[in-house]
Amino acid sequence: MTDKTYNADLSRRHFFGKAAAAAGMAVAPGVFLRQVHARPADQAATSEQRWGILIDTDKCAKGCDSCVTACMDENGWGRADASEDKSGPHQKAQWIRKVTIKDKQTGHVQSLPLMCQHCENPPCVDVCPTGASMKRADGIVLVDKHICIGCRYCMMACPYKARSFVHEDLEDQKVVAPRGKGTVESCTMCVHRVDENGTPACVEACNADNHNAMYFGDLKDPNSEISRQLKQYGGKELRADLGLNTGVRYRGL
Amino acid sequence: MSLRQLIQTTIMAGLIALPFTVLAGDTPSPEIPKAKEKATEAYGCVAPVEYMRKNHMDELMHKRDDTLREGIRTDKFSLAECINCHVTPEEDGQFASFGEDEHFCSSCHNYASVSVDCFSCHRDTPEDTDYRHTFNSGNNPHHGKMALKGKKLSVETLQVLTEGDQQ
Ligand code: SF4
Ligand code: SF4
Repeated sequence: MTDKTYNADLSRRHFFGKAAAAAGMAVAPGVFLRQVHARPADQAATSEQRWGILIDTDKCAKGCDSCVTACMDENGWGRADASEDKSGPHQKAQWIRKVTIKDKQTGHVQSLPLMCQHCENPPCVDVCPTGASMKRADGIVLVDKHICIGCRYCMMACPYKARSFVHEDLEDQKVVAPRGKGTVESCTMCVHRVDENGTPACVEACNADNHNAMYFGDLKDPNSEISRQLKQYGGKELRADLGLNTGVRYRGL
Repeated sequence: MSLRQLIQTTIMAGLIALPFTVLAGDTPSPEIPKAKEKATEAYGCVAPVEYMRKNHMDELMHKRDDTLREGIRTDKFSLAECINCHVTPEEDGQFASFGEDEHFCSSCHNYASVSVDCFSCHRDTPEDTDYRHTFNSGNNPHHGKMALKGKKLSVETLQVLTEGDQQ
């Protein structure tokens, strides 16, 4: 395929994306944000991609928690898990949370979703004694619960408080998100969706609500929506001083 | 052979034979629930039954690492696919959960008294059902309750354990 056809292809896709957005995304919201790197099921994820999420805090609506509830329903924690009922609010799993910040000087209030930032240099992986905390080739940070011993070092090490520990026996987990007592868990960037060329549930929900505050895509593909957005308007890391090179970026902070 | 020697020999022989009488008891084989469908015409499951009986644990172990760490999501040897095909509803439309003899995995694992910890995290029934059941989380040696707490052993297993050597 020549470069020319490739580009033509891209702009056509871009056009359809715009069209879908203009039409209020009646059909399959979020689809236009999808990347086109379909990977066959029998092939491993590679470092050709690095998945990331860009969050526009100006578009993120105060009081809206569509991303949080979508994550619960997709992965079966929180309200979607009736079996985690003995744990207190501070013990219950929290894969993604809404955070409100106020500038004391100006009184300006902002709202943003906070979850695992999928660090390139993840402290959780550094401290894990078993190798259970791991980063996939494509930058998604996961817990291998098969070997996690529940020591919770990673929870201490994470600067974003992104991880939870499951305190009790669970029942009726989601097939796509196995989770159980004695192991640590956090946002998986909906890795089961990403592997099928899909978009994380939170991003999809945000778009479905027409807030469009989240972009998901491949940070290594200069033509992806997220890369174009980041190039044009920028996006910050939370606690950039830690040098973790997070896969989740924020704009408008 | 003196009488004393004879008695000694007889007792020794009896002691040596004792453990085998447990195995020799005619304990019925477990009733293994039938799978939903034959995956292939040639041999039913994704691999020949004899192979699966002997090697399913190794295949699952291999597959789990491929899936979680590499993102390889093929159906063959996927635990979710095993469950989809092998855990079938009973007459009342409900599914047995892991730990009950009627559940495909535990029908055999109970019989052999081999514990499994897949199902403290993984779902033990197909997902497309609104039937909710108590999940058996008792078979996890790593975290929490000990094996089979609150769950009955299969009748056959109990027989072997309690009165097998008396038959
Ligand atoms: S945000 Fe926390 S849990 Fe996620 S990769 Fe970074 S250190 Fe690990
Ligand atoms: S709790 Fe699990 S994932 Fe976290 S550091 Fe300990 S073994 Fe690793």
